[in-house]
Amino acid sequence: MPTTLRQSPGARVGLSIAVATGLYGISFGALSVASGLTLWQTSALSLLLFSGGSQFAFIGVIAGAGTPVAAAGAAALLGIRNAVYGMQLNALLHPRGWRRLAAAHVTIDESLATSTGQSDPVEQKRGFWVAGVGIFVLWNAFTLVGALAGDALGDPKQWGLDGAAVAAFLGLLWPRLRSREAGAIAVVCALATVLAVPVVPPGVPILVAAVVAGAIGWFGFRRGPEGEGLEPDIDPYPAPRPQTDRPGEPGTGAVS
Amino acid sequence: MTLWLWILVACAVGFLTKLLGYLVPRRWLTNPRVARVAGTLTIGLLASLTVANTVATGQELVLDARIGALAAAAVALWLRAPFLVVVVVGAAAAAGLRLLGWS
Repeated sequence: MPTTLRQSPGARVGLSIAVATGLYGISFGALSVASGLTLWQTSALSLLLFSGGSQFAFIGVIAGAGTPVAAAGAAALLGIRNAVYGMQLNALLHPRGWRRLAAAHVTIDESLATSTGQSDPVEQKRGFWVAGVGIFVLWNAFTLVGALAGDALGDPKQWGLDGAAVAAFLGLLWPRLRSREAGAIAVVCALATVLAVPVVPPGVPILVAAVVAGAIGWFGFRRGPEGEGLEPDIDPYPAPRPQTDRPGEPGTGAVS
Repeated sequence: MTLWLWILVACAVGFLTKLLGYLVPRRWLTNPRVARVAGTLTIGLLASLTVANTVATGQELVLDARIGALAAAAVALWLRAPFLVVVVVGAAAAAGLRLLGWS
């Protein structure tokens, strides 16, 4: 008989990840209204899109005066990794019926990381659901808090909210820069963006960078299954505190 | 109205992408090349979004307080600060530089 839910290691990790991740829904809510979305539009993204990277991408393009089409394109491309996660989780959890739809909706970096970090199948299941549903509830609650706060702030620039957006994107990118190649891809795509900004409409430089990154991924493919940067952007297990474990420090040549 | 439309389109595409992983035969996405492209795309898009939000104002390249936010956030990340702290540090750096008169 497996442990009770109270003592379940999967559920515990899932819960701490849910609190840590849910909290930064505040930053999404505030940045979203600062970029010009309404409170309802902001909440719709958190409820229905529910994938941090894609949500930040959407409002990031809008904030830069990009078109809604470009915003949706960037969000869709950033969501592709979730399909890969979904396949892994399907093999792990085998959800059926409505559970499969629910599982798909809460398939994100954090729920995959929590689940795959457990070795016992029961704990894998518990970790996934506790992290996924927990983050969904808290992320949406804190999105609302952030949106209301952001609405009350007035001029977003005075509070440095454009700087907060820059920091948020760097914070999402940072834990993925674990290999030399990942760093090189980031630099090349950053350069492509800078070169594209003056010559194409706002929002499109991000799609140009996506084409460059896709081409590097496709044609630079050599062998082995190690897709660097494919790992979810958190690893809840090695560190005692769930928030300090974003494995940063490029150049340490860390194994993994 | 178009904004609402594309928000809903993005949400629908996002959900279907997730669901796809649960529905397609395992072979498709275990293809290492597909997995690799998903990984490089994520890195490239996040790098691009970081830079675009730092230096782009419409179609112009501008160096302003956002550069300070980028530098401050990098230091915070290097010191292994949690995500929310990194975001607050970025906002504080941009707001502080503006207070000092650098737009």
